[in-house]
Amino acid sequence: MRKLALDKLDAFFKAIAKNETLYLPVRENMSAAFERYEEGTVYFEAPNTLRSAKDFFFPQSETLAAFRFQQNKIEVVDPRRESEDFVVFGVRPCDVASFKILDSVFLADPVDTYYQNRRRHSTIISLSCTKPRSTCFCTLYGIDATKGGADIDSYKCDDGYYFEANTEKGRTLLESLDSLFTDGDDTVVESQREAVRNVLEKLPFGKLDMRKFGKDAKMLELFNSPEWDELSQSCLGCGTCTFVCPTCQCFDIRDFDTGHGVQRYRCWDSCMYSDFTQMAAANPRRTQKERFRQRFMHKLVYYPEEHQGVYGCVGCGRCLERCPIHMHIVKVIKTLGEDA
Amino acid sequence: MDKEALIPHVAVVTRIVKETPDVKSFYVSAPEGGKPFEHKPGQCAMLSIPGQGESMISITSSPTEKDFIEFSVKKVGRVTGYLHDLEPGSQILVRGPYGRPFPVDTELKGHDLVFVAGGIGLAPLHCVINYVRAKRQDYGKVTVIYGSRSKEDLVDYREMLDEWGKDGSIDVRLTIDREEEGWDGHVGFVPNYVKELQPALSSKVLICGPPVMIKFTLAGLKEMGFALDQVYTTMEMRMKCGIGKCGRCNIGSKYVCKDGPVFRFDELDELPNEY
Repeated sequence: MRKLALDKLDAFFKAIAKNETLYLPVRENMSAAFERYEEGTVYFEAPNTLRSAKDFFFPQSETLAAFRFQQNKIEVVDPRRESEDFVVFGVRPCDVASFKILDSVFLADPVDTYYQNRRRHSTIISLSCTKPRSTCFCTLYGIDATKGGADIDSYKCDDGYYFEANTEKGRTLLESLDSLFTDGDDTVVESQREAVRNVLEKLPFGKLDMRKFGKDAKMLELFNSPEWDELSQSCLGCGTCTFVCPTCQCFDIRDFDTGHGVQRYRCWDSCMYSDFTQMAAANPRRTQKERFRQRFMHKLVYYPEEHQGVYGCVGCGRCLERCPIHMHIVKVIKTLGEDA
Repeated sequence: MDKEALIPHVAVVTRIVKETPDVKSFYVSAPEGGKPFEHKPGQCAMLSIPGQGESMISITSSPTEKDFIEFSVKKVGRVTGYLHDLEPGSQILVRGPYGRPFPVDTELKGHDLVFVAGGIGLAPLHCVINYVRAKRQDYGKVTVIYGSRSKEDLVDYREMLDEWGKDGSIDVRLTIDREEEGWDGHVGFVPNYVKELQPALSSKVLICGPPVMIKFTLAGLKEMGFALDQVYTTMEMRMKCGIGKCGRCNIGSKYVCKDGPVFRFDELDELPNEY
């Protein structure tokens, strides 16, 4: 592995930023957010960012097409431009795992070229976890918090940062920075991973009973469970869980009249909202119970059924921290996963 | 850059026919003439008016039509309202086609077919009926049972009686909900009419209409001895992307836009009853 002295981290950022746009976590509003690195940007080693890293590929809003008009004729303008190359440093393994889930949606035929464009031009440097929080439960889904599996995986150890490339993009980037590195002793990383694994073993929500969920779940039985009434009773339908969620990918498409033409844009939407499925004549999900149920059935049953048993949740714990009424997927799993 | 499914194409509405007080049919062609795209019976497409939004609309015309694609649209909301205000020659935006079609060349081929439609539910079946008419020798006995609130709400019923039924190639059965002056045909709800007509148990049945009509028709068919895998329907949900990504049209693990809109009832039976 390649090793970077702890005091050379900023030189490392600077070297990357010289050639490509670099994003990294900085302190923001009692939490952390990914921000573009510039001279003087102070890196913040947060357990995780408030918003997930999905924004890099699936921004909260983006223009899909524009329309101009001339004498009753419509001209369709394709706004897409080849994305510039960019690097993201400090993506935690849960968020790296979320990219595979987003890929399975956006890169499935027909490919979403807006997403694909950014994905192709990105190089992701994961940062393995050393201090998981009590709200973390990635281990429940078999995600290894000690190794991200991104283009480059990085590890912060007592004597420096260690780097290891997994893809061609990653190797190219590491090679271009080689003058900053020395040879690192892999056993340092391995013994740290071992120590972190022991912490992960003890995560309070890391070992829940998942036998009732996944691709072999009894979909109708879970769907018709009487427990949904009480679970959803206090849900405000605010959609915070869906916005901070790294795997929630629902979107709306709307038109906006700019005064010079029309822009068609998409923006994040939420299955927790009452108008999400509202049609002219009816709404198949009339109350918050149906909307609440949809979100958790999707993550725990519907998505796995269509994706070889992979869950649509990565256990990042953001929803556990942010839900204003403290209702979240762990409570749903515990309640519905219990043997009747 | 690669082709993007979400970017629509310009098309021209060449002809508009008022079918009922709130249903109009739109004949849509590419600006240079010909069809804007090829489709299969049962598929849908996104129509849009820039600035107003998009709506998923089922295709009424048969794929065998060479020059246009027809959409029958009921005025129910914003986009459909703007569509109804268009004049012939207007440009609109289209993208598609989307979804899994009726299995006209496989499961349905060679069989007796019974079409059961209520109100605007005729639109998606109309495409299949047109296709079957164009390839009449490929199918057995064909019956169309179609009902609406009133005579004036029956879409295309003149065409049905005069053209479809005239050579006896299709048995057309119409009904309206309540008695009405100038109507000497059948009166009563569609599900009961289906029971009265007792279609042959070997038939494949295609249903589309209001949920309550579908529910009671299906119950009646089951009573008669039809199996769920003989009966097909086409579903409607709010849609935005049409390609299984925006996340809103699912019934359980299936997306109506991509895994449907056509489903067999044995498939629906395994999914949550949330539609």
